[in-house]
Amino acid sequence: MFPLEPLLKTFQTGSGFWNPVIWVVAIIVAFLIAVILRGFGKKEYKEKTGQTQAFLSGNPEYEKEQMHIKSSNIYWGFTESLKWVFDSIKKMHTGNVSDYSLWFVVVMAILFIVLIIGENLMGAI
Amino acid sequence: MNIADLIDLLLQHSPALIVAVPLLGAFITPLISRLNDKVRNVFVILTLGLTASLVFLLASDVFTGNIHTYIFGSQDLTLPVVRILFEVDAMSAFMIIISVILSLFAVIYSWSFMKENTGLDKYYTLILLMTAGMLGMELTGDLFNFFVFLEITSISSAALVAFWTNKAKSVEAGFKYIVISTIGALFILFSIALFYGQYNALNMAMIASALQYTFLDKIALVLLIAALAMKAGVVPMHMWLPDAYGKAPSSVTILLVGATQASLYGVFRVCFTIYGGTINLSSISIGWILVILGIITMLLGVAMAIIQTDFKRLIAFGAVAEIGYMLLGIGTGLAVMLNPEMTATGLVAMKGGIFHIMNDALDVGLLFLVAGGIYYATKETSLNKLGGLARNMKYTTVFFIIGLLAASGMPPMNGFASKLLIYESTYQLNPILSIIAVLSSIMLLAIFVKVFHSVFLGPALPKYENVKEIPKSMLIAMGAITTIIIILGLFPELIINNIVEPATNALVNYGGYVREVIPSFTGGA
Repeated sequence: MFPLEPLLKTFQTGSGFWNPVIWVVAIIVAFLIAVILRGFGKKEYKEKTGQTQAFLSGNPEYEKEQMHIKSSNIYWGFTESLKWVFDSIKKMHTGNVSDYSLWFVVVMAILFIVLIIGENLMGAI
Repeated sequence: MNIADLIDLLLQHSPALIVAVPLLGAFITPLISRLNDKVRNVFVILTLGLTASLVFLLASDVFTGNIHTYIFGSQDLTLPVVRILFEVDAMSAFMIIISVILSLFAVIYSWSFMKENTGLDKYYTLILLMTAGMLGMELTGDLFNFFVFLEITSISSAALVAFWTNKAKSVEAGFKYIVISTIGALFILFSIALFYGQYNALNMAMIASALQYTFLDKIALVLLIAALAMKAGVVPMHMWLPDAYGKAPSSVTILLVGATQASLYGVFRVCFTIYGGTINLSSISIGWILVILGIITMLLGVAMAIIQTDFKRLIAFGAVAEIGYMLLGIGTGLAVMLNPEMTATGLVAMKGGIFHIMNDALDVGLLFLVAGGIYYATKETSLNKLGGLARNMKYTTVFFIIGLLAASGMPPMNGFASKLLIYESTYQLNPILSIIAVLSSIMLLAIFVKVFHSVFLGPALPKYENVKEIPKSMLIAMGAITTIIIILGLFPELIINNIVEPATNALVNYGGYVREVIPSFTGGA
């Protein structure tokens, strides 16, 4: 028979531990509890009646395509408040392959300074 | 000859066969393509299936602690003749498993995904060439040979990125890819010349044993790290990556993930094996350089991903962020290598970084395949125009949920296990590093939740009323990757003990790698 013990072992991370099997069991138990609680609810819901229509305080319902929140609008507040950050990193991405090569030269220069000049200075100290 | 002898023979020649089979398959594919498209597709899948079998056969032996060497040319290593040497330790085996899995699933996925396209004989030939190139990069023990395989991978990748020649942006992305690849490859060639000029050797083990860490060696190190890091998509040299990943067919993008990881493997091989003997101030400097590059890569990757509105480009920036985690793990390992009190921490960080290579390949690969599936069904990649597809594409939706949870490092998925190792170990190096890593994961989750909402949730849009679930071959490829993700997530201990730990030990133990070629070598552990 296939030994189950190695599969169920707790994963030791050095200073912590992690057992995904226990986590999955906990999720399943929580799900079952949720299903049981749901079972106590009222069974008055009727499909394709006024119950399923969106209530918009008497305002007309928009077309379906207009109702869907577009990707650009999600996290709008976050991106707007950090606009200066996003604008500056967008500027980096020029789409020009010459600039891509320039970044390679910049990184190479930094590595050169750190690994060669820096180490020689450290060695001299 | 009985079966045991045959397996022994195959095992003995497997390092060569693993490259030879897809390479030969690549040249036969155009001929078979003349017979029938289905026969060609079956042939390509069988070729990669056979390659995968050889990879698993070799890996099963290497993970027990053996290092395989395979010499093309004179067997007497003291003779100054031209020869190529493949050297397969557990780290190489770990990498070839990832590459072959990605390639196999890419061709299975391609069966339906690419069926409407013309020129598929060239497409499959290039895929097999690219696979041979990646596997060669990971198997070879010869630095010049590494350069040759890097070129094979780059040229075939560039052609595949630009495969949809009717789309100007795909051709532009392919052009950018080949320019960047060529610049990187030239600097790698220059560094190889520096080694050859000094030590009269091209073999990695020979160079490692002779390395004096001279001024020229330092220049070679800078060139190698910068060039390979650019090929791996490390910030700020990552800009080619979203262009290429975003515009290539999804079945090619998953292979590009493997190609960037092969370059990352090159960085690790250079730092740990070739320069493994110069464990002094340089290892701390290189370690911190990798850590800082990793942190910048993570932060910029997630920041750019959050403002993207193109499905594949967004995932590409997510993939950039994921590369940061690998660099952070491996960099932490290097940075603490000299500190005896933190050796265990360093090993945990490296295990996390190496385990994350596999997890990233699968998680990000799955997300790219889902993006390809959405494009196949809707011919749309703009997140602003998609919506409500969970109703029509139930399996794809489930695969995306699993992919998003795994890529964001949510428990109990595989990404969590590797990231947990990285968080814990980097916390001991510097808590701020760990906090940034956790923050980036949270942002990744937020980004992928945005994608999930934009593409799959919301009201059913009239224009996608007739959209149907994608074909079976695409679902099979995605389902297989999902199954592996779940297995890796549920049983991380099993994977880490049997695959990741041997790979980590092989990378750290540079002495063992060198002694396999030069038995008289006394350095290293």
